[in-house]
Amino acid sequence: MKSTIALDNPEPIFKRLSWQDWLYATLLMAGAVFAYQQYGSYMNDYETGFLFGAAIVFSWLGWYWKPVRLLIVGVAVTSVFAISLYGGSQARAEEVFLLKFLISSQSAIMWMNVMFMLAMLTYWLALFSRSAFAGRVASSFTWVAVLMGLVGLMVRWYETYLVAPDVGYIPISNLYEVFILFCLITALLYLYYEDRYETHQLGGFVLLIINAAVGFILWYTFDRQAHVIQPLVPALQSYWMKVHVPANFIGYGSFSLAAMVAAAYLLVNRGILASRVPSLEVLDDVMYKAIAIGFAFFTIATILGAMWAAEAWGGYWSWDPKETWALIVWLNYAAWLHLRLVKGLRGPVLAWWALVGLLVTTFAFLGVNMFLSGLHSYGEL
Amino acid sequence: MRFAVSMLTIVGIASVIGTVLKQNEPYPNYMVQFGQFWFEFFERLGLYDVYHSIWFLVILLFLVISTSLCIYRNSPLMLRELRAFRENATEKSLRSFSHQNEYTLASGTDEAEARLAKFLSARGFRSKQVTHQDGSRLIAAKAGSYQRLGYIFTHSAIVIICVGGLLDGNVPLKVQEMLGQKKIETLDIPPSQVPDESRLSSRNLSFRGNMSLPEGGQANVAYLRVRDGYLVQELPFTVELKDFRIEHYATGQPKSFESDLVIIDRQLNKTFQHTIKVNHPLTYKGITIYQSDFQDGGSQLSFNAWHLLNNQAKPTPLNGTVFQDLTVDEGENALKVEFNDFRLFNILNLSPDGKGKPRNVGPSVTFKVRDAAGQAREYTNYMQPLRLDGRAYFVSGMRATQQEDFKYLRIPADADFGIEGFMALRAVMFDEQAYSEIARQLAGQALSSPSDTEIRKNFERSVVRLLELFSKGGYTAIAAEIEQTIPEAEREKAAQTYIKIIHAAAFEAYKMSLERTGKKLVLDESAEVFMRDSLNALSDLFFYEAPFYLQLASFEHREASGLQLTRSPGKNLVYFGSLLLVLGIFAMIYIRERRIWLLIKPNERKVLFAMSANRKNRDFDLEFEKYAQHLHGMLESRN
Repeated sequence: MKSTIALDNPEPIFKRLSWQDWLYATLLMAGAVFAYQQYGSYMNDYETGFLFGAAIVFSWLGWYWKPVRLLIVGVAVTSVFAISLYGGSQARAEEVFLLKFLISSQSAIMWMNVMFMLAMLTYWLALFSRSAFAGRVASSFTWVAVLMGLVGLMVRWYETYLVAPDVGYIPISNLYEVFILFCLITALLYLYYEDRYETHQLGGFVLLIINAAVGFILWYTFDRQAHVIQPLVPALQSYWMKVHVPANFIGYGSFSLAAMVAAAYLLVNRGILASRVPSLEVLDDVMYKAIAIGFAFFTIATILGAMWAAEAWGGYWSWDPKETWALIVWLNYAAWLHLRLVKGLRGPVLAWWALVGLLVTTFAFLGVNMFLSGLHSYGEL
Repeated sequence: MRFAVSMLTIVGIASVIGTVLKQNEPYPNYMVQFGQFWFEFFERLGLYDVYHSIWFLVILLFLVISTSLCIYRNSPLMLRELRAFRENATEKSLRSFSHQNEYTLASGTDEAEARLAKFLSARGFRSKQVTHQDGSRLIAAKAGSYQRLGYIFTHSAIVIICVGGLLDGNVPLKVQEMLGQKKIETLDIPPSQVPDESRLSSRNLSFRGNMSLPEGGQANVAYLRVRDGYLVQELPFTVELKDFRIEHYATGQPKSFESDLVIIDRQLNKTFQHTIKVNHPLTYKGITIYQSDFQDGGSQLSFNAWHLLNNQAKPTPLNGTVFQDLTVDEGENALKVEFNDFRLFNILNLSPDGKGKPRNVGPSVTFKVRDAAGQAREYTNYMQPLRLDGRAYFVSGMRATQQEDFKYLRIPADADFGIEGFMALRAVMFDEQAYSEIARQLAGQALSSPSDTEIRKNFERSVVRLLELFSKGGYTAIAAEIEQTIPEAEREKAAQTYIKIIHAAAFEAYKMSLERTGKKLVLDESAEVFMRDSLNALSDLFFYEAPFYLQLASFEHREASGLQLTRSPGKNLVYFGSLLLVLGIFAMIYIRERRIWLLIKPNERKVLFAMSANRKNRDFDLEFEKYAQHLHGMLESRN
């Protein structure tokens, strides 16, 4: 009797960890220590903090959501291998077979694009054929796409330093790079919910918006040569970017995810695909959770942006179009959460709202750069 | 509730206006854009500076007040909820819960009670036990009470952030302005002459001003731009600019903007030097100094002024200074040249398909030429020839208004990459004295054998006539002549003939110009291209609207650094509010308040389990199911 109770009782996280968890955390920490030994003399306090902070955060993330462990290790091993193939010369990206066709930053990003497209097709196939196997295959495609995208960004980070040591920057600094980031974050958020709700049926919907971004990346690459590495303008040379941009894209990614789930909700609500997609209750729950986490991170991102603005532009708030539209997005989802949390509203109204919210978010993300001028004028099309 | 959502929507919509209409532009721009009537209408609505307009401030104030009221009304309730266990719940009320279950005890009530207490604490529930009059015992438990703090935190945060923002905004200034204590200065006068009513003392709590310092210059005031005028902000110290630098990447793009500043504090008798750059400001005496932009600080420029529409072969030297004017010619023909800008670097992408790399094409100068009637045209001239379509040209852009794009005059560079070759050719082409000689030479080549003198004379006369026409208006004048004198059917043929003659005549003129400058004729393809480009340029001169071309010969660069100076005491308040906001949002979203009641009835050997949450959702349903099953196993099984 005693034992059954004990088994059922929730245990603190540290007791629930397996030896793989510890091995994973040890590997991350060892990597951080190695990096510190190699490059510690070039790093200031912030950077040291970031290095070890990253090891801790990603350990925790891997413990909390197990598949992340394999992803992180995979990205690390592949990236380091790719970088070793470069041998300090950008030209080798075109010469070495593996780099040219698989893991140079450009090739990896192209593979990410291909994988996302395959994943979307397979998810829809799985949905229509009600095939659990196809669903699992689609998930694997998505995971591989995320892996390749992350490797692409990691290798690109290295490549920026190959252009010239003073050019090097973190590749989340222009529109091309943040679109890749957007795809990755949205996909990871989706995979998380897929795992937690044990359903592959929403993949087709979410992958739609990711593939829209993939389409943009392809156009931007082939028509505008946006993948060519350009040095950063002085305003962007700041530490804040490394936290402001990712936080923002967790926001954008979650809002997009929520909008896609909202689309599924509205279809099911009209009886379309109702038997193939999770119940309205589950859809509503995913939508709420995505918006909640998106809102939290979007708030953080906007605050970080304000702090950066205070350092770069002389004021934490200048009513610059980008800032103002960030505020509008924020107000929009604040109203959404008010309706849901305080008033307890549910149903199609909120789904429509989340879907329209995507338009507002897209305008804040892209439209402002295209149609309005202001201080955020890097990232023009 | 509806009210809160409406407030959020209104602030959102009001904010959109300021992003659609460009804010804080010079007023004449709006005038041009909207016309007199709408310009005044929009001005009255405060649309040119929406975020500082009275009505926007009123909306914000309203938001602050209504949110404060919300906090005032709801906080006591929230805090009470946070502390309360609701141990007074009766069996009847528990039975009305949507999430409840009843169990028959397999073991004794005391043992069950101990187990239940353990069950609750293991799941993070805090509990309180009471014995009811009928002998039943109630365990009232709760978890996640701090969710309630989330409400208080987020709503206080909104108020705190808005108050901080309003403090740093221009509310105090607006009040002073309304009371008539401060007035906006609209005249362009030196800061020392600005009257007191347009000056703000250095004790001013918060401001955001600008200052432009030329290298070597110093200032102790900043300018606050307000609507169509400005205010002068006095500073408690003097700022001097030692040096301004732009560093470049190897590719030519700017890498950093830096200013070496000297701060002279006369109150403390203190002087120190500090370098600021973008993203790295300096804070002194609560005032933060930022690198904001840069411009010319009065560079010295030397020009060769080439006359364009006459036969003068030599240029006149001319000196100018950026931001200063120069008058050339006199009386009715007087032209004022206003030098506006000098740029040392110009990073342009000149590749034909736009896909090549942008690169530095060297210095440029921008100036306006204003005639006696006050009409002005803006020009921008590049010092070095630019490579366009594989050939080198001296390029000068011209436009009549700021709204237009520049139209470019392309003067081909000669074999030595100079402008002299073209200018020598131009001198001959516009030299009426030379026309008869050109015509004679041409006739000699065109008419084989010493033929009829009458034909020859006619031919020469028409050559001279064509050259005269060309010198009055280029190809356009010739086209007009054709249109007037030749029937439509033959025009095309005539045009071809005329162009051939002009080309041949220009070639003779080219030879003469080479002779005059003592150069040798090299007959190759590039000479031909040079001829063709020169004729096009000559013809375009009639649309250039200035009688001279200013060729930048040398310069002494002097830069000015644009600084922004701010004092924002509300900043820390805003940051504190932001921290509260983040904490509050996480508390509201990720802490879930749940309450559990376990009513143990010893007489009936039964336990009533009821659960509630202030937010019912899927997680709550799942949690209830899990607990219900667990309790079933724990209380009802007999092993």
